[in-house]
Amino acid sequence: MSYHADERGYYGEFGGAFIPEMLYPNCEELRQNYLQIMAEPSFQEEFHQLLKDYVGRPTPLYFAERLSKKYNTKIYLKREDLCHTGAHKVNNTIGQILMAKRLGKHRIIAETGAGQHGVATATVCALMGIECVVYMGEIDIARQAPNVARMKMLGAEVRPATSGSKTLKDATNEAIRDWINNPVDTHYIIGSVVGPHPYPDMVARFQSVISEEIKSQLLEKEGRENPDFVVACVGGGSNAAGAFYHFLDTPEVGIIAVEAAGKGIHSGESAATSALGKIGIIHGSKTLLMQTPDGQITEPYSISAGLDYPGVGPLHAHLYTSGRGEFISITDDEAMKAGLNLCKLEGIIPAIESSHALAIFKDRKFAEDDVVVVNLSGRGDKDLQNYIDYFKL
Amino acid sequence: MNRIKQKLQEDKKILSIYFTAGYPTLNDTVKIIQDLEQNGVDLIEIGLPFSDPLADGPTIQASSTAALKNGMTTTLLFEQLKDIRKTVSIPLILMGYFNPVLQYGVEAFCQKCEEIGIDGLILPDLPLDVYQKEYETLFKKHGLINVFLITPQTSDARIRAIDDASEGFVYMVSSASTTGTKEGFGPEQSVYFERIAAMNLKNPQIVGFGISNAQTFQQATAHTKGAIIGSAFIKYLTQNGVDGIGGFVGQIR
Repeated sequence: MSYHADERGYYGEFGGAFIPEMLYPNCEELRQNYLQIMAEPSFQEEFHQLLKDYVGRPTPLYFAERLSKKYNTKIYLKREDLCHTGAHKVNNTIGQILMAKRLGKHRIIAETGAGQHGVATATVCALMGIECVVYMGEIDIARQAPNVARMKMLGAEVRPATSGSKTLKDATNEAIRDWINNPVDTHYIIGSVVGPHPYPDMVARFQSVISEEIKSQLLEKEGRENPDFVVACVGGGSNAAGAFYHFLDTPEVGIIAVEAAGKGIHSGESAATSALGKIGIIHGSKTLLMQTPDGQITEPYSISAGLDYPGVGPLHAHLYTSGRGEFISITDDEAMKAGLNLCKLEGIIPAIESSHALAIFKDRKFAEDDVVVVNLSGRGDKDLQNYIDYFKL
Repeated sequence: MNRIKQKLQEDKKILSIYFTAGYPTLNDTVKIIQDLEQNGVDLIEIGLPFSDPLADGPTIQASSTAALKNGMTTTLLFEQLKDIRKTVSIPLILMGYFNPVLQYGVEAFCQKCEEIGIDGLILPDLPLDVYQKEYETLFKKHGLINVFLITPQTSDARIRAIDDASEGFVYMVSSASTTGTKEGFGPEQSVYFERIAAMNLKNPQIVGFGISNAQTFQQATAHTKGAIIGSAFIKYLTQNGVDGIGGFVGQIR
């Protein structure tokens, strides 16, 4: 069994392209070209050159000695937090901006929740001199002011999404509506492994550089390519898709996906989609999503804006239902404490998203000689105010 | 014979009106349908509200949000419509997004539509290939016509495939846009209307998006069988409520 997308973009029963006809030509153009463009040597060369010189890859695979000692196992951190712009998001935006150029697009649109993907998109648009419009929920604009300022400094226009719940899912709706209204000259850079085919597969491929590097770095450090476990947080699931990618079809490697339980899975304020979601359609993809019995999409909650999405990428829905992935949910409180723990033990301030992945060690025990790679997807600078408020610093 | 097919055989231009069920107030559904029929509307699209209507512009989004806030659900809509065939005889189509149908259960949904006397469905985010593979047999078993959309960007080959898969009519989206975004037609639409007319499709076409008054209705139907008005009617309801629907319809033709 393969855990990769088939040619119609299905992961088991999940995925596909549930889109109105108005989007069909846009998605079809991308679908027909993405694999071929990505396979072109000139594309690969430019992509890897930028990842190296501009993003700062390869990111280190760091053996966290004091953290390992505390939990009595071997923990490696994949340092995506050291990427330019502060998170793994830029791997995908570099890939997609090169894709957009080859497709002859002159205008870029994107959605953003906390603003990380918006910043990563604005960054590559500045780099390439391409017009950039980022949709962001009105509520998120108010609570993520520094990232709004960053996007503006980088030359992007930030458009408020004022419909529905005025957060990430509505920003995504607005971006999709923009794409319907501008079908010819515009490319939509989706920030996660969500949306209609081919996005989940394309974004996973761009992010797969993470697990590609883990393999070669681990070989150097441990004499073997495969860890016993790979751990990553999942909102939409792009950093997890990248960290899992080259291990998906290697059953010896345990895959652990960590979701945000918010204030507790059954508190009514949670983003643990695997536990709370049912199969349905969100943003053009058939996947697990949080919804009412009537099929209306509900608003999730997490202290971490990057995990605050009511769905999950179809790859992850498949990993969950097939049993290939182990899914753990972590509350706000557990994540915040795990974040602070990493600061004290290793001198690294993690993004709150990544702190969710770090929080599993308290209860999920590993053998002493297990090699566990945690994808440290982003740095905590953007979350400083949250940490300050939470710990009354 | 299905009421849609029957209606399309009449020697006249079809005026179709869309409204969102549960808007402006929760229990307006039946009155709106009855008034539209009494004022000469040929076909009605009853919108099943959805939290995330991707293909809709601000007007229909706002009406959907309000309808959900008013308490509209799929179950309640079916309840409101259960006796509709005692008073209304024109074709009725349910239009909505696929997720609420999926949650209701596609088979149960089709069954309920048949019981009530619904003639067709428009589910813009149910793609052609999935429909044919998984649902066509079921829809047909319950006498439901599934209406597909085409846009100015749809290739000739795909238009042919959609025409082949269609019964009743093809829903011709007038421009690359969400609903209610563009008003009126320009030279692009003339080119598009003429291009489709020249294709001699087996199904008649009904134009939607951008039609709001007598002028745009005439333009849209010059080359086609009919036209659909949605956002303009919702705006009318927002301003005037449900009394005076005849006034709105009277302005169109």
